[in-house]
Amino acid sequence: MDTILLSPNDNIIVLTKSLQEGAVVRIGDVDYRLPSALGLGHKLAAKPIRAGEKILKYGAQIGSATRDIAAGEHVHLHNIQSDYLPTYTLELGREFHAAT
Amino acid sequence: MKTLTTKAIARADGRKGLRNTILVVYLVECAHHVAREIQHRFREDDVHLIGFSGCYPNEYSHRMLIRLCTHPNVGAVLLLSLGCEGFNRAGLLSSIRASGRPVDLLVIQETGGTRSTVEAGRAWVERTVVALESAPRVEMNWNELVVGTVCGGSDGTSGITANPGIGRAFDQLVQEGAVCIFEETGELIGCEQIMAARAATPELAEILSASVAKAARYYATLGHGSFAPGNADGGLTTQEEKSMGAYSKSGSSAISGLIKPGDVPGQGGLYLLDVVPDGEVRFGFPNINDNAEIAELIACGSHVILFATGRGSVVGSAISPVIKVCANPETFRKLVGDMDVNAGRILEGHGTLDEVGTEIVDLIRALAEGQETASESLGHQEFVLGYKSFEAIGPACHPTYQ
Repeated sequence: MDTILLSPNDNIIVLTKSLQEGAVVRIGDVDYRLPSALGLGHKLAAKPIRAGEKILKYGAQIGSATRDIAAGEHVHLHNIQSDYLPTYTLELGREFHAAT
Repeated sequence: MKTLTTKAIARADGRKGLRNTILVVYLVECAHHVAREIQHRFREDDVHLIGFSGCYPNEYSHRMLIRLCTHPNVGAVLLLSLGCEGFNRAGLLSSIRASGRPVDLLVIQETGGTRSTVEAGRAWVERTVVALESAPRVEMNWNELVVGTVCGGSDGTSGITANPGIGRAFDQLVQEGAVCIFEETGELIGCEQIMAARAATPELAEILSASVAKAARYYATLGHGSFAPGNADGGLTTQEEKSMGAYSKSGSSAISGLIKPGDVPGQGGLYLLDVVPDGEVRFGFPNINDNAEIAELIACGSHVILFATGRGSVVGSAISPVIKVCANPETFRKLVGDMDVNAGRILEGHGTLDEVGTEIVDLIRALAEGQETASESLGHQEFVLGYKSFEAIGPACHPTYQ
């Protein structure tokens, strides 16, 4: 296994080894081919994720999608953002959580 | 109570040490070179160099140096002063003397300058190394042990292997009555509610949440969190993702209290060390690097530091041994000589978190018997101390200690 699902409800999986461009990762019953090399510890979408949807890792919210993400796509700085850091305040982060 | 070792050293305050280190301490940057010239000759003899660079006095750094110079792993102290700096050297000297340790103070301006101060210092250290060799060894139980944890150079593996592995070790140690300390409230942003739910009392839960909110405000003013570019290279994307990984170092025990740098918990349990200064932002980043955090954990009495790393930090520390728990199996292979525990093997199907936790506890026992960590054997003795300001903790911070 080259990936791990850390918690049953997570919508991302984590690479447990570094993979080369073109490597095939199986998520559920579907094979996905990596368009570029990816290091150990990076995340892939385990299912389609809509813009604004929460990213779940360890069963906890680690941020939100900034655009639609296809299953098997690399999940990182280009398509998700923190719910805390852009403003650096817990209060706004809590409001954000409460509103969604 | 279960025995940790029979090779500990008893101190006058009742605590016990796993090492008998001699500290050479500069009290301003202007005394740093002289202190280093003295210490360097004895670097193979468990003689470490620490100090404070600033010329302006600061209550926090004064308290830190008192706690560090009277740490149970420390057997004797040589203080190096230029002579005109702001540090209260008389106060520090009398605190160390009151602890029963051999101590001396050399003031460079009154000792004839660099050359003669280096000679006088080397002569003192040489005598003291010999004097400490005959220190009697005593039994020390697990419930007399203090262990701190920190993570540095985190990546996407840290929160899966090394950090929860340390959490399992913490669970075992708390069970045995040890004090376990986790820290860096800025790396708990996003975890404040689940953490507060583990507090021993409702009042402590509020204090824990407030400490994370304080960190978030502090970092907002600075305009920068604790998220470093290397974290993103390693697959981490957001502060709360890093936080969730860091938080898992605390294990699953109830949280007994919140302490600040220099507070030494009086009874076993799990404690959060609040490292973010109180009041308005004054002296810059709360901790400028991992070793500033390690120094604070040691000032709270930590005999041993558990350091989780994914990208591969190589640091150790003055005063207390640092066990490097490597989260990433690829990093472990690249930096094998710097690492003590290969927690990343879990990702390759070898072992479990419980086994990593037990391996860490076994390694602490071996260190107590005199074995060296990788960073100790490589001579790592990093140390950083800067300016900060704190308000004293209130009784609700430490409900189990009343």
